[in-house]
Order: sequence, then structure tokens, then C-alpha cells
Amino acid sequence: MTSPLLLAAADASGPWETFLQYALIGLTNGALFALIALGYTMVYGIIELINFAHGDVFMLGAFLALALIGALGLEDADPGMLCLTIGMLLLVVPIFCAILNMAIDRVVYKPLRRAPKLAPLVSAIGVSFVLMNVGLLWGGAADRHFPDLVSRQNLLGETAGLSFTVKDLMVVAITVPIMIALTLFVKMTRLGKAMRATAQDPVAAQLMGINVDRVIGATFALGGALAGAAAVIYGLYINTVSYQMGFQNGLYAFTAAVLGGIGNIPGAVLGGLVIGLARSFGSGYVGERWTSALVFVILIAILVFRPSGLLGSRTREKV
Amino acid sequence: MNSLSLNRLPLWPFYLALLLVYPLLVYPEDVLFRLTEISMGMQLTYIFIYAILALGLNVVVGYTGLLHLGIAAFFGIGAYITGILTVPAYPFQFGFLAVLVLSTAGAALLGVLLGAPTLRLRGDYLAIVTLGFGEVTRFTLRNLEEITAGTRGLNPVPPPTLPAALVGPLGWLGIQPDWSLDYRLFYYLALGLLLLVIVLLRNLERSRLGRAWVAIREDELAATCMGINAARVKLSAFALGCGLAGMAGCLYATTLTSTAGPDAFDFNRSMIMLCCVILGGLGSLRGTLLGVFLLIGFDNVAAPILDGLIQSANINPSGSQLLTFSNWKLMIFGLALVLMMRFRPEGLLPSRQIAAELDPSRLPRLGAGSSHR
Repeated sequence: MTSPLLLAAADASGPWETFLQYALIGLTNGALFALIALGYTMVYGIIELINFAHGDVFMLGAFLALALIGALGLEDADPGMLCLTIGMLLLVVPIFCAILNMAIDRVVYKPLRRAPKLAPLVSAIGVSFVLMNVGLLWGGAADRHFPDLVSRQNLLGETAGLSFTVKDLMVVAITVPIMIALTLFVKMTRLGKAMRATAQDPVAAQLMGINVDRVIGATFALGGALAGAAAVIYGLYINTVSYQMGFQNGLYAFTAAVLGGIGNIPGAVLGGLVIGLARSFGSGYVGERWTSALVFVILIAILVFRPSGLLGSRTREKV
Repeated sequence: MNSLSLNRLPLWPFYLALLLVYPLLVYPEDVLFRLTEISMGMQLTYIFIYAILALGLNVVVGYTGLLHLGIAAFFGIGAYITGILTVPAYPFQFGFLAVLVLSTAGAALLGVLLGAPTLRLRGDYLAIVTLGFGEVTRFTLRNLEEITAGTRGLNPVPPPTLPAALVGPLGWLGIQPDWSLDYRLFYYLALGLLLLVIVLLRNLERSRLGRAWVAIREDELAATCMGINAARVKLSAFALGCGLAGMAGCLYATTLTSTAGPDAFDFNRSMIMLCCVILGGLGSLRGTLLGVFLLIGFDNVAAPILDGLIQSANINPSGSQLLTFSNWKLMIFGLALVLMMRFRPEGLLPSRQIAAELDPSRLPRLGAGSSHR
């Protein structure tokens, strides 16, 4: 995530504008992290599993988007066609990621529901390796260029000290409605209610007639779909994909989820924004090469001093 | 190495004798070397070193049940302490024994510093903290270029000095007293330290402390009720595990004559070590050794040989990614983890306690699987 940061920072003029610029970049990137973080947080909320493979589902989604654009020859679409392309990608890739994530749960995690906690966690790491290898064989070891479809035209006018491009707008215009829709879904629908019930107490939920396995499957599907949407946006926004991007961004997103209070949906969004800001200010004022270390230091500090996160309530471990 | 409970003849003296004699009989290199240019003796040396690392990890993950995902960081810290204290660029120039002790102690100390505030965290959070610490360490090693020489690593790390008393007997065995000419010196050094560690752990396993570790793993609450100071016991496991990792790191840097770059100590290294312990059997000494032998052997010996075979058989004229064996390594490690967790979570050579824990049918009274975590 280096190039847009540095480019934009060079554009800004005064110190105040530089600060605002970093904040803007941070929030845009943060919205992207939040989208991935939601998948972690929902799965953790419901089966207390850190789904290490989530980041790699996201990575495969990005490769699928890349392959689709290549196969359909959409590299140089006109604006009308572009909206259609993005719409198509935002439909196909999330469906693919949802099915993939659900299948992983079905094949790998479901048989381990009653096993000691370590077992599914280690399996998740294993699945992550497998998916990473699939990505390696699919896309090769080197970074791949993702077509730069969305223009970098500054919406605030080319002469303005701040830059907020069409690209940035695209990220916000896609992530915010998705998050609102997710919140409404979990709050209002029957399935959302079932998810909340299962997260609270799976046994009681089952006694109330909820098909817990189906709810868990739906959660994985939903999380996967969010990762798929994030993958499309990431590709269009960052323009570089590689088989290792799942691990890196997955960790940032996981940090975001923990920061907000894992299992907490608004928390994941807040955490994502904070991580985005921390990275952006970190590379602006501390130095690009220290940003990753900075994020992990934040992660460790949060876990040590406030393990329940910013919005999470303090829960005692079930004995 | 649970020879006491076995009715059959213990096999370990046989393996040990084989390992002791092997480099004396097959030198400079065996048939394999002539075919593939992979020196088994040198690879075995690295396997011994990784075995020490894995045994350290096994103390934390296997005995005490704390998932540690950043063991490679401590391996790296040991290597870099060794590097800083020995390379000519620094004024220290310590001897090997001093460096070995300092690397072990330094890594153990850092382990305690990391563990003290974090060990009260629940299992999966602790896993993430150790993972995060591992990444922070790697980035720090890379970014502090003035101290660590960035991605190039520190070199040359000088070899240990041979005690004069050993030169004669070594010559009698046909071993040259020069570390750069004869890998067998490193071989016996690593093997000797590995044996020392095994004896130490075998005794610790049955000591009061070792049993306290296992009690914490089985049920922390119950262990605390029995008067075990959980915090202190966990911290000691962490210190020992990280210390052993540091010791392995020191040996690694000495054998390689360089600290290698920071990327040698990344998350993948931690994961491969964890795979070794899990494949062999959590909490089992024999299992961990077998796991290291299989996985590191596969990684360092079998995979390159297979790659060479594929290349020489000329079935891959187009250079396709799919036909390079190394490109499937992650897949194989990943599948090994998934399949082991599904079908044999106790590992290939399990410790009896873990096997019982993972198979509720063997627990007469605590059979309600999900409540027993």
C-alpha cells in the first residue's frame, strides 16, 4: 500500500494540509481493512476461531477479479462500461469467495467443532498455507499488476492542496453501503437474529430451534462475500496483487478486529479506520519501513492492556 | 524415548550409534552427494539444530499448551546476539561457549519480557501476540541497519576454537581440526548439544516443574486450585522454550558463519517448526524429533532432490510452475496440518497424555468433549 500514500503526500502543500491528506488516505485504507476485519470478527464471534485462511480467501478473490478482467478484455472500458464491470466483479467475486469460505468451513472446521480449541486454529493455518500455494500456482511468485481502471482525477479540483480522487470516492462509495447493509442485516433479519443468538450461546440457540450449523455456514459465506468485495476494491485501488497479500492484509485486518473488540461488528469498522489512520500517519511521520512494526506493536499493546478492545465488553473465559 | 514403558528393546541407542558413526564411515560424502550434491552430513547438522529449536517450541506448545507462533524470532535473536558478539565488525569477539550461554540467556530474557505481561491472555490471543512479536522482531532486525546490517546479515561469524586436548583424538578418527574444511566438527557439536538438551528435557519432563507444565495444559483452573503458581510455571516454560530457541540460533549462525538475513526468521519458519511438533506429536520428545527429521528432511533434502529429478527427466521443458516440486511445498505443509488435526491430532508418536486428552473415549469421566477444552 505504498504508492498512493507517497504520491498523495507529495501533492499536499502545507503541514496542515499534509496532516489532512494523511487522515484522508488513512480513512480510505481503513475502510478497506474494515471490510476484511468484518469477516474475522463475525466468524470469531460465532465459533471463537481466528480464521487464518480469511486473508487468503481475500487474496484468491483478487486473483479471480484479475483473471476475469483479463479474460473478458475489460482493461480499457469506457465510463459506462466501467460501472458495469465493477458491478459485475462485485457480484461474481463475492459469490466465489462466499462459496469458498463456506466450503472450507464445511470440509475442514466443521468436523473439529468439538475438538480442543487448538485443533481448528492449527487447521486454519494449514488451510491458509494451501490457499497461499493455490495463489502461488495461479498468479506466480512475483507481484502482479492489476489494471488501473478507475481514474486518479482529483475531485477537489486539480489545483487544490488536498487530493481526494475518483478512486478514493469509489472505495468509500462501495464500502460504506456494504457496512450499512451488513449492520441492518444482522439487526433486522431472521438470519441475523439467529447469528446473534448463536454467537451468544450456541446450545441455547439450538434449543430454540435454530439450525446452528446452517447459521455458522451462513456466517462464513457472509464473511467470505465481504472479503470478496474487499478484494475487488483492493485490486482497483492498490493495483498490485500477490499471493502473499492475504497474509499481510489479513494480519492488519485481524488487528483491526481485535482493536475494535473481536466479535463486535461496529468495533471492526472502528478498528479498521484506526489501523488505516495509524498506518497512514506512521508512514507519514515515522517512516514507511516502520509502519508494519507499528501496527503489530499496537496489536500487542491492545491485547495486553485492553484485551476486550475499544468497543468490546469484558467477558470472562468460559470454564 | 519412553523406553521404560516399552516391553520391547529400546531402539534409541541404535539410532544414536548410527548418527555417531555415520560421518566417520561416509566421508567426504556418500552416494547421494555424488548424485545430487546435497551433503547429508551438513543437512543432518541443520536437522540437529532445528531439533533443538523444535524441542524448545515443544516445551511451550507441547508441555504447557501455550500456542507460540513466533519461535523463529527467538531463533533469530539468538543468531543475532551471536553475530554481534563475534563478528570482526564489532569489538566484542567473545568465545563460542560464552556466546552460546549469552545467546541462550538473552533469548530467554526476551521471552520472559514478552511473556510476563502476555501470558495471562487466553490461548488464541497469546498466539496472536507471539505472532505479532515475531513480525516486529523481523522488521526491527531489517530496519536497524546500523546494528544488524539489514537484509545482508552479519558475517563472518567465526568458528569455535577447538580445545587442544581434542585435536589428537580427532586426528586419530580422521577428522581435520579445521572448521571450514571439515563439516564433521559442526556435526558433532550440534549432535552433542542436542543430546544434552534431550537429557535435560527428559529429566525435566518428570520433575515437579515438568508435571506442573502438563497440569496447566490439561486444566489451568484445576492446576491453580492444586496450588500451582500458574503465572510462574508458564513463564518458566516460556523462558526455557525461548532460551533453547536462542541456543539453536547461536548454533545456526556459527554453522552458517553468518546470521543470515532477517527473512530467515519469518513467520514461515515458526510455522514449519510448529508443523514439526504437531506432526510428531505435541508434548512428545520422540515425536518432535521424528517430526523435525521428516519435515526438515523433506524441505532440505527430499524436495531439492525431487526438483533435480524432475529437471533431469526433462518432463518440464516449458518451465511450468506446476511441475516444480518446491512450488508445492506450502500445499504439502498445509495439507499435513489439516489432515493431522482431522485424523490424528495426537501426532505420529504421541505422548500418552495428549492422546487421552484428544480422544474423549479414553477419558472415563470427562467425556463431554466440548466442555473439556
